[in-house]
Formats: sequence, structure tokens, C-alpha cells
Amino acid sequence: MTPQFNRDAPVLDVRGLTKGFTMHHLGTQMAAFDDISFQLRAGEFLLLKGRNGAGKSTLLRTLYRSYLADSGQILFHSTHGVIDLARAADVDVSFLRKTEIGFVTQFLTARPRVSAEALVAEPLRLSGVAADDALEQARHWLYAFGVKRTLWAAYPTTFSGGEQQKVNLARALILPQRLLLLDEPTASLDVSARAALIDRLAELKANGTAMIGVFHHPGDVAQLIDREIDLTPDAKAQEEREDVVV
Amino acid sequence: MTAMTMDAPRFVETKPLLTARNVSKSYGDVQALCDVSATVYPGEVLGIVGESGSGKSTFLRCLNLEETPDAGSYSLDLPDVDGNLFDLDRYARRMLCATRIGIVYQNPHLGLLMNHSSSGNVAERLLVAGERRFEVLREKARNALNASEFPLDRMDAPPIELSGGMQQRVQLAKAIALEPALLLLDEPTTGLDVSVQALVLDTLKRLQQERRITMVIVSHDLGVIRTLSDRVMVMRRGAVVEQGLADQVFQDPQHEYTQQLVHAKL
Repeated sequence: MTPQFNRDAPVLDVRGLTKGFTMHHLGTQMAAFDDISFQLRAGEFLLLKGRNGAGKSTLLRTLYRSYLADSGQILFHSTHGVIDLARAADVDVSFLRKTEIGFVTQFLTARPRVSAEALVAEPLRLSGVAADDALEQARHWLYAFGVKRTLWAAYPTTFSGGEQQKVNLARALILPQRLLLLDEPTASLDVSARAALIDRLAELKANGTAMIGVFHHPGDVAQLIDREIDLTPDAKAQEEREDVVV
Repeated sequence: MTAMTMDAPRFVETKPLLTARNVSKSYGDVQALCDVSATVYPGEVLGIVGESGSGKSTFLRCLNLEETPDAGSYSLDLPDVDGNLFDLDRYARRMLCATRIGIVYQNPHLGLLMNHSSSGNVAERLLVAGERRFEVLREKARNALNASEFPLDRMDAPPIELSGGMQQRVQLAKAIALEPALLLLDEPTTGLDVSVQALVLDTLKRLQQERRITMVIVSHDLGVIRTLSDRVMVMRRGAVVEQGLADQVFQDPQHEYTQQLVHAKL
């Protein structure tokens, strides 16, 4: 199938991004990463590598604006134009999170008395899809990730960790985004749910979603990876290489 | 420290519903509010945190036009609502509050007549707005109580006979009866049992999602603020020390005081 998008279209252009944490009670500064630059195009999958503490998750959260950058630019090519996420207004960031930028974590944030299917349908509803339609698609994805039908209308607060994670993935991946940030989404997944996840990521990628991911076992997603960046300080920059295979 | 100042909104073109600028208020020698500014967009929930005496409740009372600050301006982007609302006379304030602004207080005695029926408390709000037909009053009160998930078989019981969680639901029903543009919440779940608190929060979240009500919620409880808010403003000694997206303020607090608050949470 021919992709319906332009493979050369830039999605993200990160320039000189630097992040540290000031810990006032200790009177200290802790550097997270320094002067990171890379580009990402539509449909590309970038793997973040590096030892524990190298700043992989911190980078993802900085791109999502859960963390504030110290300096540098995060130029996001949205459908509305280019915007620097490092300093975009909060309301613009909120707006883009509802429509173009997704974040997949390892944990579900369940809410009391909200059913699994309602939780999964929510991102679609917030993006403007009619409630019936959203619910139908939510059920489809709960099925695809292997959540038992009897649990769809139940409250996930009481589900096991594995079942919660399936609900979480269904919710996080239901709405195709322009940019998807993945923070170890394969943790605690059984084999069939992992296969469903990889299928869904491949489908989104084929339709143009750009992805940046952190994985404990990058082998899980080996077939999706286009490039990688090693955040370990002093690691040789690999982002220009096209031939990296994990 | 934060190196960057944020840009003005570029993609979101709707105007803020609420704009407050440089609001200051002193009580004698005590500066309760010092140059507090806030903007809230339609459908957004702004959370205000801070310890007792930070000025957060005083600010909320200013937004409810119960207090007049010494300086500052306050506007709501609504049809027929113009100018600095702090300049309105008492009658205009009362009408504006009755029809466009709802409030839920921590202490239900402040918001309710404790010995009148719950449905009557809700209907009173509609009476102020000019509704006189009994059947309409009753029906609208019933709908508002139902939306607040109040058990309708108790709608004629006076609040004094109800539990704390139920009293808050009556306040909420009264606050939303006229479908206000702005809902103000002052420690709405403080003092309730944790399980009851979760249910009231859930009702608020549901109302917010279904009706896209713009809310300002004040609490010293970070969990409450985190559950409900899109954006958070941190106040200390009458001044705003930090504001940002809720997840950012909680995960990457910049100001020393916010870091203390976040680290002190259980």
C-alpha cells in the first residue's frame, strides 16, 4: 500500500535541547541531558537508548512538556503550523495533546467509577468524535488488546496490572496522532497483547505517525525502528546513520 | 530555574472566559493579595493551590464578587457582560452571580439555608433569576439535583439532616441550576471522608466533561487539584509563585515553595 503521507515531511526538529533539575532543598542542580538535536519525519520511529539515568524518560517528558526545558527548541510541525513546544502557551500544548501529540506510559491512570470502555473512548470524544462512534471504536480496541468482554463495562481500578495496561494502551493508541511518545509500553504485557501493540504501532507508523520510544527490550519492536539515539554521555552520536539494526 | 518565558497562545484562538489582572487586596497591614493575575479559557479547569493564608480563597471570593479588591480588574467574556466587574454596583453583582457564576463552599452553611428543603435551596437560585412557575422550579431543581447525583427521594429533606457529602451535592446542584458559565469551588471536598470525597470529585469531573463548564477550584489538597485541573496556579503569601500545566507543575515544579508542597504530599 502506498502511504497517504509525505515521508519527507518533518514532524519534529529538536535543537540544542538542555534539561536539568534544580533541587532547592538540597541547593543543587542535576543535569539530565545537554544540547540534544535531532529531526524526525512522518512515519519514522526513533529509539532512545542509554543506561539508566541517561535521561531517556526525561527527554520524552520534556518533549510532551510535562517537564520544562532549560534551553533549546522543540519545533513541532503541527497541521496548524510550526510551534516551539519548549515555550508554547499552556493552552496550545493542551490543545495539541488532545489532537496531535500522544504519550503512552506503562501505567493506567484509572478514575473511580469510569468504565474501561468509557476511559478508552474518552480521547476520541475529546477530539470531537460522536459518543456512539467513540464507544464502538473503544470496544474494538479493547477486543484487539485482549481485554475480556465481561470487563469492558467494569471499572479498571480493580483490574490486574496486566489488564490495566491493555486498557491503557487501547486508550493511548485509539486516536491516530501525528507524534507519539512511548515510555516502555511493553512492560508487564503478555505475548498476545504485545503482538497487538506492535501491530497497532506498525499500522500507525504506516499511516504517518512519527514515534519516539524508550524500551527495556528494544527487540520487541525491532522491526519498527528506523534510527536510534544513545543518550549515554559520551556515546557516539548515531542519529545520522541509516543502517542501524538492533 | 525556569529559563524560558512562554509565548502567547497561537493555535487556540478562543478568548479567555475569565481574565483577572493585577488584583491586590489588603486587610490593614496584611497584604492578602498582591498583583494576582489569571486567565481561564472556556471549558478549562484552573486549580489554585497554596497553604492556609496564601490568599487563594480571598482571590476566589473576589471572583465571586463577594470581595472588592483595592486594585485590579476582572472581566468575563460573555454576552451583555462588559467592563471591569469590580466596578459593578451591588444589584448588578447579585444578578451576575445568580445567573452566570456558581459557587460551592467548603462550609455548606455559607451556601445553603440549612433548615429549608434541599429542592427549595436549589429553586431559590432560579427564583432570584426571575422564574416563578412552581412546576418549572421543581422540575429544574430536580434536574440539577439529579445531575449532581443527589438521591431524589431525599430532595425535600433539609440539608441539616444530610451527610456532608450530600450537603455538597445540594450546593453543587444550586450552583449549576442556571447552567453558569463559571463554577467556583472553594475546598469542595475538604472535611469529607476519603471515599465520599472521591465520589464528589467524580461528579465534578463528569459535569465538567459533559457540560464543558469552566471551573476555578481552590484547595490545599494537591490530589484534588491534580484530579480536576488542566492548569495549576501556586499561591503563597498573597502572590502567585508559579503556574503551568497541571502535570508539569506536579512533575517538574520550578519554585522552591512548589517543590516543598509536592514533596510534602503523601
